Amino acid sequence: MAEHMAEQALTASGYIKHHLQNLTYGKIPEGHEHAGSWGFAHSAQEAKEMGFMAIHVDTMFWSILLGVLFIFFFRKAAKSATEGVPGGLQNFVEWVIEFIDDSVRGSFTAKNPIVAPMALTLFIWILLMNLMDLVPVDWLPQVAGVVGSSVFGMDPHHVFFRVVPTTDPNATFGMSLAIFALTLFYGIKIKGIGGFMAELTMQPFEAKSLPVKIFLIPVNFFLEFVGLISKPISLSLRLFGNLYAGEMIFILIALLFSSGISLGIFAGALQWAWAVFHILIVMLQAFIFMTLSVVYMEMAHHSH
Amino acid sequence: MNINLTLIGQSITFALFVWFCMKFIWPPVMGALEARRKEIADGLAAAERGQHEQELAEKRAAEHIKEAKGQATDIITQAQKRASEIVEEAKGDARTEADRIVTGANAEIEQETNRAREQLRQEVVTLAIAGAEKVLKREVDKDAHASTLNDLATQL
Repeated sequence: MAEHMAEQALTASGYIKHHLQNLTYGKIPEGHEHAGSWGFAHSAQEAKEMGFMAIHVDTMFWSILLGVLFIFFFRKAAKSATEGVPGGLQNFVEWVIEFIDDSVRGSFTAKNPIVAPMALTLFIWILLMNLMDLVPVDWLPQVAGVVGSSVFGMDPHHVFFRVVPTTDPNATFGMSLAIFALTLFYGIKIKGIGGFMAELTMQPFEAKSLPVKIFLIPVNFFLEFVGLISKPISLSLRLFGNLYAGEMIFILIALLFSSGISLGIFAGALQWAWAVFHILIVMLQAFIFMTLSVVYMEMAHHSH
Repeated sequence: MNINLTLIGQSITFALFVWFCMKFIWPPVMGALEARRKEIADGLAAAERGQHEQELAEKRAAEHIKEAKGQATDIITQAQKRASEIVEEAKGDARTEADRIVTGANAEIEQETNRAREQLRQEVVTLAIAGAEKVLKREVDKDAHASTLNDLATQL
């Protein structure tokens, strides 16, 4: 690590910034090398200027890889699932699925075949993505730097690589917006467009006479709309914030490694302690995200 | 930290995973769990039924044993009765037979006695006649006094 930093002549803030920059693929903006052609951004500034039409390759890669890992093992267990005595993998998968099924039954009372599988996918996928936080912060970026420079001929300095997809707001917002769309869809489907709109405009302030009702519509709408919009935002920001902060602390601890032997040993102990504590956060955040998603789906199915 | 196409990519990825999970993971596992739950419930019910049946069978067996014991007692009683009957019968038969034999023997003895008496009488007559003849050798005509002598013989 120390050599890594010395080689690239990075300052502490440069090291941190490098760690917090996604590997961004997009159209290289004006004022940079190869402007106009498609490629990886060489700096945070360049990535920012690419705007919306760019993609975080590292986030997509890790999230899809981990998702496929989840799908692969669970599908393997599901294919060979029998009512007889379950084997090791089947036992584990059944245990997880029963746990999810129990907690979904606890907070979701309507009938919808999508909710329980959605909860399972959310929980396992987010858990796996969060667990990437426990891999020491420099390992995978270093590997990526070597691969980038030797295979793709990139300057290793410019190979940005973030391995925890949930520290990328794109990933957390991607999930929460998908859930938001589902809640809107089922809310309108079950309550009807009228019922849905009534829920947005006729409460929390209710009135008997029509003029007062009409007068209260904007007030109610403002309150309810903020409530509606805050759901996906709080859902995704909670997960993002927790994991981002966790990753940041790992990066700060990693900085200590370059400050001499005694501080390095201290940093090792700190990193271990924070990793142990972080296991709790990782599981808790995955569970909270799943449970809140189920609760939002429940609210979409019932008028309150 | 920029918001870009990744957002949409992640949404699509998420939707695909959920769809796959809903189609190919959740139903088979839940099906297997349900089937196992049913199997266990069936097994428990069968066990209970078996236990109940066993209790019934035990009760039935006890009844059978009781009945058999009663029958055995009856049979023994009857057999004892029959045995004493047979003994009594045999005793009776023996007594009758003995009586018959005794009666036969008595009759025979009487017959023998009579015959002996008859014979004795004849001999006495003959002796008497012989004596009389000797006494009355010449005076008595044997043929003329035969009827008188015979009368005498019968009176002896």
